[in-house]
Amino acid sequence: MSGNESGVSDSDGAAVVAAVEAVAERIEAERDYLTELDSAIGDADHGGNMARGWAAAAEAGRELDDPDPQTVCKTVGKTLMAEVGGASGPLFGGSLVFAGAELDDGVTAESAVAFAETYLEKVEDRGDARVGDQTVVDALTPAVHTFKKSVETDGLPPLDALAKAVDAAERGVAFTVPIRARKGRASYLGWRSVGHQDPGATSALYILEELLAVAADALGEEVPDVDATSPTIPDESAAEAADGDAASGDGD
Amino acid sequence: MKKLINDPDDVVDEMLDGMTAAYPDRIRRLPDTQVMVRDDAPVEGKVALVTGGGSGHEPTHAGYIGDGMLDGAAAGGVFSSPTADEFEALIDACDAGDGVLAIIKNYEGDVMNFDTAIELVEMEGVEVESVVVDDDVAVEDSLYTSGRRGVCGTILVHKAAGAKAAQGADLSEVKRVAEKVIDNVGTMGTALTSCVTPEKGEPTFDLGDDEIELGIGIHGEPGTERTEVMSADEITTELTEAVLDDLDLDSGQEVLTIVNGMGGTPQMELFVVNRRLQELLGERGLETWDAWVGDYMTSLDMAGASVTVCAVDDELKELLGAPADTPALTRTR
Repeated sequence: MSGNESGVSDSDGAAVVAAVEAVAERIEAERDYLTELDSAIGDADHGGNMARGWAAAAEAGRELDDPDPQTVCKTVGKTLMAEVGGASGPLFGGSLVFAGAELDDGVTAESAVAFAETYLEKVEDRGDARVGDQTVVDALTPAVHTFKKSVETDGLPPLDALAKAVDAAERGVAFTVPIRARKGRASYLGWRSVGHQDPGATSALYILEELLAVAADALGEEVPDVDATSPTIPDESAAEAADGDAASGDGD
Repeated sequence: MKKLINDPDDVVDEMLDGMTAAYPDRIRRLPDTQVMVRDDAPVEGKVALVTGGGSGHEPTHAGYIGDGMLDGAAAGGVFSSPTADEFEALIDACDAGDGVLAIIKNYEGDVMNFDTAIELVEMEGVEVESVVVDDDVAVEDSLYTSGRRGVCGTILVHKAAGAKAAQGADLSEVKRVAEKVIDNVGTMGTALTSCVTPEKGEPTFDLGDDEIELGIGIHGEPGTERTEVMSADEITTELTEAVLDDLDLDSGQEVLTIVNGMGGTPQMELFVVNRRLQELLGERGLETWDAWVGDYMTSLDMAGASVTVCAVDDELKELLGAPADTPALTRTR
C-alpha cells in the first residue's frame, strides 16, 4: 500500500497517527488563542472543544493496532465528531471519516489530492458554506486547489505541493479578516463580524502546518521554502523585493 | 437561584436516569450514551421515527417516545445539540430494516450533526429520510439558525408521522405526512421571564419586571420585540395574529391549536390564553377541531407561552387523533 514511487513514502497508518498527535499538540498550544478569536465573534468554545477533541483523537489513534490510513481517519474522525461536538465536530471530524475512504489504497500524491477534494466538498456541503463566508472553507479552498494544481498541473513533488497548500491556507486565513461572516455563529453579528479572523479557518491552517511538518519528517527532508519554487499565486511583494524595491514604505 | 440540581455537569445524565426509572418498561437508555429508545426497539415491520436536540425542553424529546409517536430520541447537553455519533447510535438502535425518518428542528448544530450521522448510517445501508421543522413565525434568522426556528409545532410532526408509521405506511408516506404538518403549522412564543441555565445559574437575559419579549425562542434567544407588559388577552392577540397572518388560512378552515407553557407558567394562565385564542379563531371564521393546552416543549424555567396553529384536513385529523401512548402524550380513541 505504499506510494514510494510517487514520492510519499512510509504511507502507513502510523504516519497518519503521528500527524494526528502533532495536530493535537499544536491545537493544545494554540488553545487560548483560538478561544480568544472565538470569543470575539462566537461563543468562546472553539479552542477548548478542539483541544479536547484532538487529544482524544490522538489517544484513539495510538490505541489502534497496525492500522491502515483509512482506519485511522475513520477512528480519528469519529472521535472528533463525538468529542468536539457543536458544528466543528461534524465539519472537521465527519469530513475526515468520508475523505479517509480515498486512502484505501494508501497515501499517494493522487490519493492525497482525492482526499483533500473530498474533505473540502464535505465541509462545504455540511456547512452549506462557500469561499467568502468567513469560515473554514476560506482556508481549505485555496489550500486544496493549490495542492491539486501543484501536483497535477505543475508536477511538483508532493512535499512542495503541500508546502504551497499551507502557504495558500495562510492567505485564506488572512482573507477571513476583512470580510463579513455569512455562515456560522459569527454571521449573527452581521457587519460586526468584519475585521475578525475566523477561528475555524485558523485551526485548519494549524492542522495543515502540522501535516506538512510530519510529512517532511517522514521523508527525512526539510520543509520546503515555498518562495524557492515557482509561485502558484502571484505575490507582488515578493516581486517587488526581487526588483530590489523592498516593500518598505508600503505601510502594511 | 435555588434549584434541584446536584451538579450542573451531571444534570442531563441524572435526568435521563430518572426518566428510565420512571418508565422502566417503556424507555431504555443505550449504554454510555444520552440516547433514549423504546424498550422494544427496534420495532419490526414499522418505519422508525427518531429525533433529538438539546436538553432543557422536557418533556421534549424523550417524553414522546412510545406507541404512535417516536421510537427514540438523543439528548444533548442543555440547549446544545447531541453529537453526530449519538444520532448515529440512535438511528442504528431504532432501525428494524423498514427505514428511519429523522425529525430535525431547524438549528444549525442539530442539522449538521444529524446530517453527518445520516450519511454515515447510509453507508452501512440504512434507509433514512429527514425532515426539518421550522414552524416559528417570529424570526427569519436567529441566534442559532439560518431560516426559521423549529419549536412546538414539532410535536404535531411526531404525532402525525408517528401515527402514519404505526399504520405500517412506508418511509415515503411517513415523510409526506411529516412535511404536510410542517407546511401547515405555525408557532409564536413570548417570554415573561428569562430561563436560568444550570451552568450559568442566573438569568440568560435581563427582562425588566414591566417587560416581555415577543417572538422568543426556546433557548432564551431574542425574539422580535421587547415591549411593556400587556394583559393576557393582548399578549395572546399579538401571538395569535402573527401566526394566523403567516398561515393565511381561508375562513372555515379547521385547525388544531396548542397553548404551550415554557416551563414556568401555571396551567391556570395557559387556559386563560387558550380562552382568548379560541375567541380570536372564531372572529376569523376558523373552526377549532382540537385544542391542546400544557407544557409540551419548554425552555427550562422560563415563564411564558407559545401559540401553535395547525391547519388540518381529514387525513391529519385521523393521524393527530389516532391512539398514542407515551409518557408525555396519551390519546385513546
